[in-house]
Amino acid sequence: MKIGAAGERFPGEARVAMTPASVKDLARLGHEAVIESGAGAAAGYRDDDYAAAGATVVADEAAVQAAADVLVRVRPPESSEIAALRPEQTLISFFYPGQNEAALKQAAATGATVIAMDMVPRISRAQKMDALSSMANLAGYRSVIEAANNFGRFFTGQVTAAGRIPPARVLVVGAGVAGLAAIGASVSLGAVTLAFDVRPEVAEQIESMGAEFVFLDFDSEAQDGAATGGYAAPSSPEFLAAQLRKFRELAPSIDIVITTALIPGRPAPKLWTRDMVEMMKPGSVIVDLAAERGGNCELTIPDEKFVTEGGVTIIGYTDFPSRMAQQASSLYAANIAHMIADLTPGKDGVLVQDMEDDVIRGATVTHAGEVTWPPPPPKVQAIAVQKREKPKELTREEKIALEKAAFRKQTVTQVATLAIGGILILLAGYFAPASLMTHLTVFVLACFIGFQVIWGVAHALHTPLMAITNGISSIIIIGALLQIGSAGWLVLVLAAVAVALAGVNIFGGFLVTRRMLAMFQKS
Amino acid sequence: MDIGFTTAAYVVAAVLFILSLGGLSNEESAKRAVWYGMVGMALAVFATMAGPGHGLWPLSLVLLLIGGAGGAVIAQRVQMTEMPQLVAAMHSLVGLAAVLIGFNSQFEEIRIAALDGTARGALEGFSAVIAAKSPAELSILRVETFLGVFIGAVTFTGSVVAYGKLAGRISGAAKKLPGGHVWNALAALVSVVLLVVYFQTGSTWSLAVMTIAALFIGWHLIMGIGGADMPVVVSMLNSYSGWAAAAIGFSLGNDLLIVVGALVGSSGAILSYIMCQAMNRSFISVILGGFGGPKGPAMAVEGEQVAIDADGVAALLQDAKSVIIIPGYGMAVAQAQQSVSELVRRLRAEGKEVRFAIHPVAGRLPGHMNVLLAEAKVPYDIVLGMDEINDDFPATDVAIVIGSNDIVNPAAQDDPNSPIAGMPVLECWKAGTVVVLKRGQGTGYSGIENPLFFKENTRMFFGDAKKSIDDLLTRIN
Repeated sequence: MKIGAAGERFPGEARVAMTPASVKDLARLGHEAVIESGAGAAAGYRDDDYAAAGATVVADEAAVQAAADVLVRVRPPESSEIAALRPEQTLISFFYPGQNEAALKQAAATGATVIAMDMVPRISRAQKMDALSSMANLAGYRSVIEAANNFGRFFTGQVTAAGRIPPARVLVVGAGVAGLAAIGASVSLGAVTLAFDVRPEVAEQIESMGAEFVFLDFDSEAQDGAATGGYAAPSSPEFLAAQLRKFRELAPSIDIVITTALIPGRPAPKLWTRDMVEMMKPGSVIVDLAAERGGNCELTIPDEKFVTEGGVTIIGYTDFPSRMAQQASSLYAANIAHMIADLTPGKDGVLVQDMEDDVIRGATVTHAGEVTWPPPPPKVQAIAVQKREKPKELTREEKIALEKAAFRKQTVTQVATLAIGGILILLAGYFAPASLMTHLTVFVLACFIGFQVIWGVAHALHTPLMAITNGISSIIIIGALLQIGSAGWLVLVLAAVAVALAGVNIFGGFLVTRRMLAMFQKS
Repeated sequence: MDIGFTTAAYVVAAVLFILSLGGLSNEESAKRAVWYGMVGMALAVFATMAGPGHGLWPLSLVLLLIGGAGGAVIAQRVQMTEMPQLVAAMHSLVGLAAVLIGFNSQFEEIRIAALDGTARGALEGFSAVIAAKSPAELSILRVETFLGVFIGAVTFTGSVVAYGKLAGRISGAAKKLPGGHVWNALAALVSVVLLVVYFQTGSTWSLAVMTIAALFIGWHLIMGIGGADMPVVVSMLNSYSGWAAAAIGFSLGNDLLIVVGALVGSSGAILSYIMCQAMNRSFISVILGGFGGPKGPAMAVEGEQVAIDADGVAALLQDAKSVIIIPGYGMAVAQAQQSVSELVRRLRAEGKEVRFAIHPVAGRLPGHMNVLLAEAKVPYDIVLGMDEINDDFPATDVAIVIGSNDIVNPAAQDDPNSPIAGMPVLECWKAGTVVVLKRGQGTGYSGIENPLFFKENTRMFFGDAKKSIDDLLTRIN
């Protein structure tokens, strides 16, 4: 099949959905690539590079549209572009079906198949084609770079001859892929980084990136990210109030705020209010990654950077990935190539629209004249459901009951063992002479001491333990020493041999133990 | 000197031995503990020599010193990696001594029985103890002697076989005569019959035949146990040597022997129990040898092993912040502990967090790895046990598996049909990357395939562990 990519028409969009590298990947699947001349120019890919990789470079968008069986693009298509689709064509692109119902209907009417890269389900198998994550990763990184660019100070704290420089304090709100990438970039630049998220389970991820989790003391059912496919869900008004209170408390001490809070299918929640912006020191920077959906900051103007009266720079760019067009294109094109690889199971250049496949079904929004969005829930749960520890679910009474049962069982076994042992000893005592019983008493008590003492021995010392008990067991020499005085020559000889054997053991056992123990040292 | 002094010295010695064992609860007090043991032993020997009824002490002293010199030389010369077989070999000495002493009791009894009343009165020491016994006590004495010889004989041949297996002189594989445990049962039955005969008649031949049967049991039982279970076997033989001493103590009427024998016996038993628990196996199944048959076909292993060279490992380590090393028997075999120690020193000097994860049954002896690492001067506070470190793997960049196999086998958790299902294992596959140092593509001691080697984040670094790590050292400064 022919896979075609035209240049992006959206103003300022520098990305392209096909790179020379992805052309080669597609060729390996049996596909031919067609690209509009100059499509990759803004991303730093020249026509010659594409031609060298094996793509056919054509003059304009119409030629691509005419030649290609599969159209790949970055931005959602314009209405005119949808109108041009032929029924047998497939379009792979960001589509945002939730916000573009009209476009969705229009696309369905053409009979073409539309695969929305933003609808790829979040299951592990589909991660290689998760374009949202690739783009969010870039956006997170770039947001820190933009912030640094507009921030008049160092990120790292330094003590210099010219005075002490405090480290910048960065707050990242929302720890999804973009948030975590921002945390990583900010930490590596040396800033003190704090991060907040409504999903408490990401605290661990935040801390793993080296930031401090802003802990919100709020007593309610915590959100379980697994239920919403790993995305955040809207918070209750009480929770939101508590959250804003916490932000207000932090605002005066924060130099840079990066907000990434998005809830799927909804406008961005307003988390950084006007009064918080006013509280911030002059020179502070706010980067609002949610600007496209209205912004997390009340003052954000999408696609613009401006400075408030209080001297706070608010950046509302919506094209962070496009600002790193080369990197963004290579990642996006790779995601697309992976999607096409899944659509081409035979690697023979034949596209198979398998509507039973979770990933393909989930991403397909129109097919054979029908709107196929929203998809049914995937058969594979996106993220393992959060493990809730079972013992915690037990009530106090149940726990006590369990403990009691265990205790009772232990008591029964112990008493039974003691009773049997006691009866055996009593039997022995009934028949055996008194002298045996005194020895038996000593023996039993010594066994108990042995049991009690050995439980306390550290695991690391089990080998020395064995060596020292080996040395100690040569106490048997006493038996030989007692017999060696006997008048019988045979007894004398045997006892003498036993003394020598035990002698080897005494010295060998203890010296080896000492050698071993002498080696244990603290760092 | 009188009997009061000897008894007092025995009490002090017994207390010292208890403190000596108890002192092993941590590394620092352990250094004191070994001195308690030595002083206790010296005191016990001195008190016995100086005590009543002991003759020929110059001869005893000379023999003791000759034997002791031999022991001291061995103790100084032995390599730390040869420790398991040394301990096994020394157990055989105790077993043999127990057999000899048991036979002596028998010979003394016969000699004394032949004496008349006045001659009996003139006896002293051990002979006098026997002479003073009532008929009932004499019967008891026979049981005690019999038990002492039996346990001693089993310990003797068992330890010799264990030594051979550990030292590689005989094959580590489990071998049994055709018929298997029937032979052991038969020999045990013969022994029981002989016990009755001996109890009735006190004849030397029954004791001698039983000794042969017991020697056979020790040999055949341990031959039937695979090399992987040798740690449990050594600790079990340790226990036996204690019980033998206790039995001899009964027959000689010596409380110190009884106390110390019981201490050693119970400590060995507990140790075996702890180790069996660590392997999730019952003591019985270890002793009877071999793993129980699998309940279904084991899961097929998918994927392929990805090899890596020293440069690759060095690059991984340069990038890693935290590293966990999992040593196994392979490290001991290759004598790689010094190189590993040097590697750890260098990595730590670069500010990386390096720790060791020790599985309870790593190596061929409990605590085997700890001893080797201690010999190589690895600080013991970075050497952690399985329970302490198992939760840390997900936060670890690189896990290095050096010559261990079964203790890092994920099949123990994933595959209910695996022979080692349910055995606690080190979850190293949760680390970022796992580097496995291994001699070749063979299986571990349990002879089962390890899916770890086929995991996506596993890299196989083939070669002798010492050579591989020395290679690595030339690339890391």
